[in-house]
Amino acid sequence: MSTFTQVREIVLMNMRSIPQRAGASTVIIVGIAGVVAVFVAMLSMSSGLDRTLSATGSMDRAVVLRGGSNGELSSFFDRASTTLIRQDPSIARDESGMPIASSELIVITEVPRKGQKNGTNVTLRGVQPMGFTMREELRIVEGRRPRPGIREIAVGRSAQQQFDGLHLGARLQFRGSEWFIVGVFSTDGDAHESELWADAEAVQSAFQRTGYSSVIAKLTSRNAFDSMKARLKADPTLTVDVEREQDYFSKQSRQLTLLIGWLAGIITVIMGFGALFGALNTMYSAVSARTSEIGTLRALGFGALPVVASVMAEALILATAGGLLGAALAYLLFNGYSVSTLGSNFTQVAFDFAVTPGLVAKGLVSAMTIGFLGGLLPAVRAARLPVTAALRGL
Amino acid sequence: MKYFQLIWTALFRKKLRTVFTVLSLSAAFLLLGLLQAVNSLFAGSVEFLGADRLIVQARTSFTQPLPMRMMPQIETIPGVARVNHSQFFGGQYQDSRQQFPQFAVNPQRLFDTYPEWVIDKDQRANFISTQDGAIVGRELANSFGWKVGDIVPLNSFIWVKSDGSRLWEWRIVGIFDGKNQEWQDRTQLMYLNYGQFDEGRSPGARGLAGVFVARLKSPEDSQRVAALIDSKFENSVDETKTQNEQEFQLGFIKQFGDIGFMMNLISGAVIFTILILTGYTMSQAVRERIPELAVLKCLGFTDNRVLWLVLAESLLLCLIGAAIGMGLSAMLTGALPPNFPPLRTDQRVWLFAGCTVLGLALAVGLPPALRAKRLKIVDALAGR
Amino acid sequence: MNTSVSAEQQPLVEIRALTKAYVRGKQVVEVLHGINLDIPDGDFVALMGPSGSGKTTLLNLIGGLDSPTGGLLKVNGQRIDEFGSDRLAAWRASTVGFIFQSYNLMPVLSAQKNVELPLLLTDLNARERARHADIALQLVGLADRARHKPNELSGGQQQRVAIARALVSDPKLLICDEPTGDLDRKMADEVLTLMQQLNGDYGKTIIMVTHDPKAAEFARRVVHLDKGVLVDETTR
Repeated sequence: MSTFTQVREIVLMNMRSIPQRAGASTVIIVGIAGVVAVFVAMLSMSSGLDRTLSATGSMDRAVVLRGGSNGELSSFFDRASTTLIRQDPSIARDESGMPIASSELIVITEVPRKGQKNGTNVTLRGVQPMGFTMREELRIVEGRRPRPGIREIAVGRSAQQQFDGLHLGARLQFRGSEWFIVGVFSTDGDAHESELWADAEAVQSAFQRTGYSSVIAKLTSRNAFDSMKARLKADPTLTVDVEREQDYFSKQSRQLTLLIGWLAGIITVIMGFGALFGALNTMYSAVSARTSEIGTLRALGFGALPVVASVMAEALILATAGGLLGAALAYLLFNGYSVSTLGSNFTQVAFDFAVTPGLVAKGLVSAMTIGFLGGLLPAVRAARLPVTAALRGL
Repeated sequence: MKYFQLIWTALFRKKLRTVFTVLSLSAAFLLLGLLQAVNSLFAGSVEFLGADRLIVQARTSFTQPLPMRMMPQIETIPGVARVNHSQFFGGQYQDSRQQFPQFAVNPQRLFDTYPEWVIDKDQRANFISTQDGAIVGRELANSFGWKVGDIVPLNSFIWVKSDGSRLWEWRIVGIFDGKNQEWQDRTQLMYLNYGQFDEGRSPGARGLAGVFVARLKSPEDSQRVAALIDSKFENSVDETKTQNEQEFQLGFIKQFGDIGFMMNLISGAVIFTILILTGYTMSQAVRERIPELAVLKCLGFTDNRVLWLVLAESLLLCLIGAAIGMGLSAMLTGALPPNFPPLRTDQRVWLFAGCTVLGLALAVGLPPALRAKRLKIVDALAGR
Repeated sequence: MNTSVSAEQQPLVEIRALTKAYVRGKQVVEVLHGINLDIPDGDFVALMGPSGSGKTTLLNLIGGLDSPTGGLLKVNGQRIDEFGSDRLAAWRASTVGFIFQSYNLMPVLSAQKNVELPLLLTDLNARERARHADIALQLVGLADRARHKPNELSGGQQQRVAIARALVSDPKLLICDEPTGDLDRKMADEVLTLMQQLNGDYGKTIIMVTHDPKAAEFARRVVHLDKGVLVDETTR
């Protein structure tokens, strides 16, 4: 028999005997499934957050902020500056010659999370009428748009799901002023959906603010960005930071995604060690259960390689099964699960866990790593068993 | 205790298997210790904060500054002893990635509202009289190597000076300590004299106080006084939300979402996984020893005594693993650099670990223990 | 068959119309059919019979490892057939020592600690336990092997450790199930001589199941069982 045939036969023979060691096999499968489930769940959280934030905004729009501010919340422009910014020739204009741009004002409000009493921070974004029309991704899914100058609010779909009391017709109170929810909007699940939108002037009057936080503008073309940035930066009367809208939002999420990635890594490594020792136990007991079988094979003249291969194959198959189970668990329990956390602007951003094929692959790789390491030492021991001792079943 | 050797030797009958199980238990408890320390940070670390202080913020959000004129109004409310105002400054020190909070406050009133801070009398006087003065907590000063007289430039991402610049320079005039170890650990912040802050910022923002910190005459009053304050400003432009300091901090932390829920979810997965791993080891260990257990019964060990022996063995196994894991986790949290979030393996974490050990030992030990208890001597000896 | 006993001397073991039945699947199988037997204090009885004759079952009943289905079983003046499992356990600890064919020592404990095991159930402190174990090991001639683990001892030595374990709590009755079954002739004779000594010099009552006629020769009395009844008895 060629070595290859030997290996194949012994591996197949061993596979058929796995069900007889069901208890031990369950240990390795469940142990690894636990690790992979947690790993995939955590990564899917960070990928979900990343997906939401990087889907926010468009490459065809620019965000102009006050220079040195690290976000819209701490950025401030007076009316004159925004007027100046809006005149930039890189900004597209509509049929009537008006620049397609929206000066927006961010304030933080508190709305209770569903099932909680205390408020969490939610962005109230005052937008100019153009702000509703210039964003192609924005659709009113229920009710209507807030009217200019009137204290009316459209709530994002995610905000409505995450927070309490944001149904159509509800009344909210901010700073002694009354607001009515007149609409629900969707922006394809991006970060804006976690916000409350109202007319900019209505927000200014209610919060006694005179200026704006940012200017969002549609570019005449994607390439017009650089010239706009250069011009605004060079203007001595302005101190601004200019970024493509999509870049801006991606950058806002980077730290959080990184943090979650780190956490997932640490947790997985520690859990992985735990599961590795479990796998070692299982595989050693599998080898000792097969001692006399292995002895017989060796006595019949089989080489060490088929024995090693059969142990490794068993470990890898069980680990893969565990990995698949864990990924499936993570998918069933968490895929699409909505949560919200502190995003940019010190306000809540809602997002869905996203279990992607790439993450499942990562989970499987970690499962197989554990399986490989857990099988290695027992496989070596199996190969080294003295034939006579093995035959006696010692 | 006389059974200890019996239990111990039984446990290490198969050394390799027990060592692996202990190692996987250790990994699990290391993780549980860390996760629960995070949980503690989010749930428990503010527990010792004074209940005798209220934070008065704008109802809409604490980021909306309240106007200064409200301070005397709050101070006249019965039950309030002293009020200070506090504005989050949001400064960054040079290129340092290390974040620390700074608050612009009235230096006169700071130590009345925070008697927990201890400072030299002269330094305190200097803080009051120095317009651009700042005082830093001992731990913070140590981590940057600051001393009195240093100038600290801070780049505020929130506050712009009237000349458009964001760079503010503060002169360190004092270093304060905490009145005890708990407060000493918290000396990681900086107080700025409101004088330079208010004068320096753009005219439109002047006169805004931020939030108010009201120290009460008696902590039992906090609910009633909080309600009084809120009702005083109800339906005005500056509606307030008043909570005690602990609630305020908790609300802050809850912004991150249900971290506790996530931590507990992962802890649950870890416990379940370890339950399966250890449960297998225990059942295997007892199965191999069935004849020995039968002999013990022969010698006159009662059914229950045998049950307890197996349970004790399971408890011992879990205890060893937990001790190693928790020891590691306590060492890790203890060795965190001071600029890290103050994760601590506190009582709550130990309690959690203790309960987990008991629960785990029971869950893992009970099935084989019951099997051992029900063992029929005659059958077991005959190999049935 | 009945062994009569003089009125003034209570037998140590008194067995009357003793039956034992097992449930095997749906069938009830009676293994002992009304045994009557008296064993006086200080006797050394060998129970013999072909396999399946019920000799081990009888031995287990007398040793309190199992409870009879019917009849009377009195040992040392106590109706142990009426005992519950906990009381039986306590009774075994104080009254009986067991010696098995396969020694049944704890492989992880030293000879000394194995012998000490039954003393864990007493009020003795650690020092006293060690002293008792020493004495028992001396008695079986293994004082110099006290620190050895069972797998470092020969079969005969292991069986002598087991005997020391059976003796250490000073029981009246020794129950031995094929004590020499795993030993060669020489070792077996050593062990049997030791048992004879225990019977003669220390007054231990011994009941021993064996299929080896040579072993039975060491006993004072041989009782034969077949198909669950006593068939024959020889007294030396």
